[in-house]
Amino acid sequence: MFISSQSSAPSFRDFTLVMPAVAVGNVGQLAVDLIVSTLNMSRVGHIHTDCLIPMAGNDPYASSKEDGEELHTPAEVYAAAELKLAVLQIRAPILQSKTKKFRQLLVSWIKSSGFSRTVVLSSSHAYQRDDQQLQGTPLRYLVTPSLLKGSADALKELGWREMERVPAFPGLTDGNTEPRLCIPGGGITKGLYTDSCKEDLPLAVLLVFCSEGDNIPDAFALANHLNDWLHLLDDNSKQPNKWKIPTSWSLLFGNGIPPALF
Amino acid sequence: MAEKRWKVMPPQALSFPQGLCGVMVLHFSVCMHSMFEPLNLSTTIMATFFGEVLSVYSRAVEEDDDELDENEEDEQIRRELEEKREVHLHWSPEVSESLKSGNKLQCSNFVLAVGQNASSFLSVHILSTANWDTIGRASAWNERSRAVTGQSCEESACVFYRHKDNPTVLICQVSCYVAEDQLFQWTEKVFDCLQHRELNVTVLSDTSVADYKTADYLGGSSAPFLRSLHTSAFGDQPVCQSLEQPNIVTGLPAAVLNHCQVHRIAAVVYQCYSDVIGPDSVTMETYKPVLTKLGRSIQLDLSPSTDALRKFVRTTDLQSNLYI
Repeated sequence: MFISSQSSAPSFRDFTLVMPAVAVGNVGQLAVDLIVSTLNMSRVGHIHTDCLIPMAGNDPYASSKEDGEELHTPAEVYAAAELKLAVLQIRAPILQSKTKKFRQLLVSWIKSSGFSRTVVLSSSHAYQRDDQQLQGTPLRYLVTPSLLKGSADALKELGWREMERVPAFPGLTDGNTEPRLCIPGGGITKGLYTDSCKEDLPLAVLLVFCSEGDNIPDAFALANHLNDWLHLLDDNSKQPNKWKIPTSWSLLFGNGIPPALF
Repeated sequence: MAEKRWKVMPPQALSFPQGLCGVMVLHFSVCMHSMFEPLNLSTTIMATFFGEVLSVYSRAVEEDDDELDENEEDEQIRRELEEKREVHLHWSPEVSESLKSGNKLQCSNFVLAVGQNASSFLSVHILSTANWDTIGRASAWNERSRAVTGQSCEESACVFYRHKDNPTVLICQVSCYVAEDQLFQWTEKVFDCLQHRELNVTVLSDTSVADYKTADYLGGSSAPFLRSLHTSAFGDQPVCQSLEQPNIVTGLPAAVLNHCQVHRIAAVVYQCYSDVIGPDSVTMETYKPVLTKLGRSIQLDLSPSTDALRKFVRTTDLQSNLYI
């Protein structure tokens, strides 16, 4: 359930919601971190639910030690009113037995908040691609019929590749089996997409094929991909790295080196 | 087609009897999975040469297959398991009577100790003053609960105490493991029994220094040390340094912080990073600065007798045969 962290409940009418799916390599979550940190978005509320494993920490986007003392929870909503943008960050894994409940909670919250569209940033196992998926860019998209109505031209212009449906039984030519959508390692991505199709929600999925490891480059690729569509950052800044890495990304690969080693 | 394949998956967490060094015992739960998925024997447990059992966390996420129709029997087993894992609170007759009539427990200070050192610290410095009534306990069955005949360890693992002279001071000691899916429920149920107005929550929590991330090298002399994390409603000054990025708090302390943050309750967690497994007096001493804050409302025993300390520290001596 959404709980506002301010005295008055924020309005998300006609906002675009960007959210991650907890998926392989945590790429969606990392990309969302980049957006919140670069756009300096402010926290407007929490999603307080038993579907997520509890965790807590100080401000992950703090620029200095002094302003970092602010408690942050597993799922929080950030907003930038001037961009009509809201971002949901999920920092903890979803309990295996409660994924369905969590999806329902998200869909009903998205519906009641009146978001104009929702973009899910996700990832999928690179090793489970089929032959056609191996070629070209590792980035894919999916849109629900409801979003396609309004954004068909924009998507055409971008020249993105849609996520391929794969045959249910590869190698068997059986006219009766329809190719199906398969997002291995994508967590709730597929479920959220099919739920949104059923509920007629305008939702898009942007995903990248990746493997676990240092997934920071994948996060940059996904964030840039999203930016091509939503234009969150000025196009003038042609610097190679326009995204701001948050302080919470430090020590991703362990502690400092013991000086006695040398 | 109805082909299904057996897939072996590790349960969420495994329990290991103490003293079973270097021997890997893996219980696997078997579940049905759709075909054409590679047989995946991923273990989440790794044993080092020194015998410690480390859990290895994988970031890979299973695709949820809920279009796979669950049959009735699966569903029933799932339901029963969920019922068994439910958290139960058992209050004394007097307290449950008052809760039933809609009166929540009047509480100004709630002190929660999570872990053996934190619990022993409270036992030695606070509960030893003998001014405390046991008013209830919480029980949570999970994969680490051990079946003991008669009084199970679960019954004494999470106990609530109330001060005799000042009944608005409550203490809870938790030395059992509360599973990830039970943390939220535990917190909801316990805080549902407490009056929220003017409530101050203090959590003492044990954790391993191995979980502490820092760019500087931690020498042998630095542990144990204390870090704090508090909710926005907490107006006081914590007695120690705040938890630095990118460190996080997990488990019961995190569940309590989350609950208090969204319900605007003043709460602070003091996390003690220790390099000793099991209770020891040096680690327990680390919590002492917290006493100065608690001392306003709770009578303390600042210099407990060595006998009292020994009682809590000695218990682990015999159980570890790691370095015989």
